[in-house]
Amino acid sequence: MKKFVNDPADVLAEALRGIQAAHPEVRVDAENRVILRAEPTRAGKVALVSGGGSGHEPMHGGFVGRGMLDAAAAGEVFTSPTPDQVLAATQAVDAGAGVLHIVKNYTGDVLNFEMAAELAAAEGVEVESVLVSDDVAVQDSTWTAGRRGTGTTVILEKIVGARAEEGADLAAVADLARRVAAAGRSMGVALTSCTVPAAGRPTFELPDDEMEVGVGIHGEPGRSRVKLASAHEIAALLVDPIVHDFGEPVGPAIVLLSGLGATPLIEQYLLYGEIAPLLAAAGVEVQRVLIGDYITSLDMAGASLTVVKADDEMLRLWDAPVVTPGLRWGA
Amino acid sequence: MSGTVALDDLVSWIRAFRDTVQQHKDELTQLDSAIGDADHGSNMARGLDAVVARLDPRPASPTDLFKTVGMTLVSSVGGASGPLYGTLFLRMGPALSEGEVDATTLGAALRAGVEGVVARGKAELGDKTMIDALWPAVDAWDTAAAAGATPAAAARAAAEAAARGRDATEPLVARKGRASYLGERSAGHLDPGATSATMLLEALRDTLAAAE
Repeated sequence: MKKFVNDPADVLAEALRGIQAAHPEVRVDAENRVILRAEPTRAGKVALVSGGGSGHEPMHGGFVGRGMLDAAAAGEVFTSPTPDQVLAATQAVDAGAGVLHIVKNYTGDVLNFEMAAELAAAEGVEVESVLVSDDVAVQDSTWTAGRRGTGTTVILEKIVGARAEEGADLAAVADLARRVAAAGRSMGVALTSCTVPAAGRPTFELPDDEMEVGVGIHGEPGRSRVKLASAHEIAALLVDPIVHDFGEPVGPAIVLLSGLGATPLIEQYLLYGEIAPLLAAAGVEVQRVLIGDYITSLDMAGASLTVVKADDEMLRLWDAPVVTPGLRWGA
Repeated sequence: MSGTVALDDLVSWIRAFRDTVQQHKDELTQLDSAIGDADHGSNMARGLDAVVARLDPRPASPTDLFKTVGMTLVSSVGGASGPLYGTLFLRMGPALSEGEVDATTLGAALRAGVEGVVARGKAELGDKTMIDALWPAVDAWDTAAAAGATPAAAARAAAEAAARGRDATEPLVARKGRASYLGERSAGHLDPGATSATMLLEALRDTLAAAE
């Protein structure tokens, strides 16, 4: 394992120290491992709290700031935060108008946020939760725990963050969040495994001439392993399942192509050059595009594509100013 | 010891569980990397270290002990294992609130804990989770206790049943937890949660055997 680490056990604490040093607009609560806006929540504003395992940077701590999240609870690498952490984040940012929990659909995240919401309610904080489960790579049936939550999370946090900034109440913010969550689909592909610092070796073995289609953002195996293909062919492997899953004309949409950590931008742009005509041919009218590393998986080479079917309100909120370490425009 | 379990034995059990998980940390993580996200061993080891750090001074009663263990696991493990193992111990405590601990009461406490895990995780037998080790274990415990077994003998029966349940997870297709996202590809691997849960029962078996 070749990584910038001191002791693998200290990776999270030391990374948080770096975030604090780099970004005076956020405040790191080192004890609870929570990243907050430096300024307290404006009175009457609904607060947005997300979080999850670390290793997906800039998600989630990088999306704390004006126009997006109020706080993010950072779990250990690929491990959801504990209820105490989420509770600390929730209490710190509640300004009397309630808190929205944005949760990706992984058993650990769901259980810990659920316990935190119960504890917060007992403390008199009003909490609503929205679950993101957008990964079309995995089955959705009564027998499974449902789909994984991936790239739609970023788009949701941006859109809903803008709505909360406008002063919408908790019910309206939660309703919008559920609409965005329902409108998103994602699909990813891995060319290499990631290496979790505490494990010290790659999570999975992937021969040089193979790739993992439908990989999860924790290096959990995807749905199939196939021979490495050209970018032209990979684009279809990402676009087709998403378009097929919508099962209806998509129309206007916001698109995110995220590198998974070890894929350079030149390859991401090359891949998007292949994806764009496929989306157009499938009737996806791309209104906004975001390309870069936004939801990553440590040092995994690969990419994930997210398409969110967007109405005029979502597009307007997408364009609203945002000032966070990982995303900023219009301000 | 024959019929009752002392508080010291229960404390030794928790320490023995920590030691076992520490020894098999890499094995648990490797099982998890096949079907999950490669953190079960390191998370459990970190959480149990935090637990052992809070056993000194010794909790005043079994109820206090299990409350401390449960709260510490919930607040230090993360992932799905934190809330699930935490709930197991948090539910065991109240079942031991009065009187001495014998085979029947410890079995009832284990059952209350396992029912708590089922309620929290919404998993059933055969879903390829820790429940596949824990359910057969409490059933075996109760059967042994009803037949008049000592706590040590009941724990032996429970550990054997847990190990069989753990081994039976290998061919199963996961329907809960992160491995469920793999569908058929999750078959052919032991479930890491069932493996650590078996270590929990084996630690109890060894501790009570040593105390007998």
